[in-house]
Amino acid sequence: MFSKGLRPVSVAAAITTLVAFALVFFYAPLDADQGFVQKIFYIHVPMAIVALGGFVAGGIMAIKHLRTGDSSWDLRSYVAIHLSIILGTGVLITGAIWAKASWGHWWVWDEPVLVSFLIVFLLYCVYYPLRFSIEDPERQARYSSVFAIAAGAFVPINFTAVRLAEAVTHPRVLSQTGGSLPGEMRLTFLVCILAMILLFVTLWKLELTSKRASAQLKRLRTRLELRAETAG
Amino acid sequence: MIRTAAAVLRKDLRIEWRTKEAVPAMALFTVTVYVLFHFGLDRDSLDGELASGVLWVTLLLAAVIGVTRLFAAEREQGGLDAFLLAPVDRTALFVAKAAALFVYLVALEIVAVPAFAVLLLGPNFFDSLPELLVILLLADIGLAAVGALVSALAAETRARELIVPLLLLPLVVPLLIGAASATEPLFRAGGEPEDLGRYLTLLGGYDLVFGLIALAVFDFLLDD
Repeated sequence: MFSKGLRPVSVAAAITTLVAFALVFFYAPLDADQGFVQKIFYIHVPMAIVALGGFVAGGIMAIKHLRTGDSSWDLRSYVAIHLSIILGTGVLITGAIWAKASWGHWWVWDEPVLVSFLIVFLLYCVYYPLRFSIEDPERQARYSSVFAIAAGAFVPINFTAVRLAEAVTHPRVLSQTGGSLPGEMRLTFLVCILAMILLFVTLWKLELTSKRASAQLKRLRTRLELRAETAG
Repeated sequence: MIRTAAAVLRKDLRIEWRTKEAVPAMALFTVTVYVLFHFGLDRDSLDGELASGVLWVTLLLAAVIGVTRLFAAEREQGGLDAFLLAPVDRTALFVAKAAALFVYLVALEIVAVPAFAVLLLGPNFFDSLPELLVILLLADIGLAAVGALVSALAAETRARELIVPLLLLPLVVPLLIGAASATEPLFRAGGEPEDLGRYLTLLGGYDLVFGLIALAVFDFLLDD
């Protein structure tokens, strides 16, 4: 059920990622101000966007789970949040490297996007202890979904609040006016986002397929054991 | 629903009145934390952003104690099963628990805020009291809504005391930003409010959004 379309998506992800890398290194011009280190932008920003999108998508899948009672939606939501946390770790590390290179500090507190991201990341890290300290599987799914919905709604509120509190120093790469990026950089950036989305979807489908396969294996094994017992 | 909620709230407040379990512990905790801050910062009196930060962080940490206790008795003594057997609206339980937490917080602040003014605050406290009361009210509403939801979420887990602070504290960061930023100019010498409207809007918006979310999802936390 989950493996449907896994092959084309993974092929598309592989091709787009290769194209994105080629564009980043051979097509996009060097940043006049920051030089080569600005290239980290092509992985940092898509990763952040996809991670936040994954958190919100996890919340929407959780709504679906609570409305339909179908526990496969809980599994989808769990895997989406799980992958987003992995991407989030990457966002914080690449963000720190970029901050060190362009502002001279590993961490900059008066920078609302990075700080908001850290708060959201800390909140989502609690998803694991919450989920795995509930034993009853049906209750575990329900409680995780409630968490995913509340945390998903928290994401935009938190970004607004932190922005209110801090001075605005973050480079607004795609601002409301449509972006100040020159054409080549913009094309490269968009391809990078597409590659990251496809990578996320591929990993998501892969993880779901493997979870489903191991659940099925477990079921078959129990049945086999039961049969061996009755025969012997 | 209002009648059910009022009945549960009356029961909770009566239990708290007789056992004196949560509120005195929270109040004692805040005063202890003030002493810690006095020695940790090595300052006799605070003003401005330091004063507002110490006050709000202490209040939020004290709230963790109240949130941890909120559903504990229900789970341990089977009050929840009895509630679920009764033919009443389940949202009433959330409303009652949030209201109880709100009352605890107000009771805590009646002790903790004057104690802060006496022990640590430098500038005159009474100049800025009306604005401070509005900020406290809005923060308490949001804290009560989120706290009741977090308490219900954590009540079913094995490590309740661990999950509550980890879950509650990141969730109330926007609340802390709004409340501490609004309080900071009040605690400066002179005490004129600054950007008060903007931060009160943030607090009010937070209260509204999380109140509605908690109301919408709370039913799913109760077993069928």
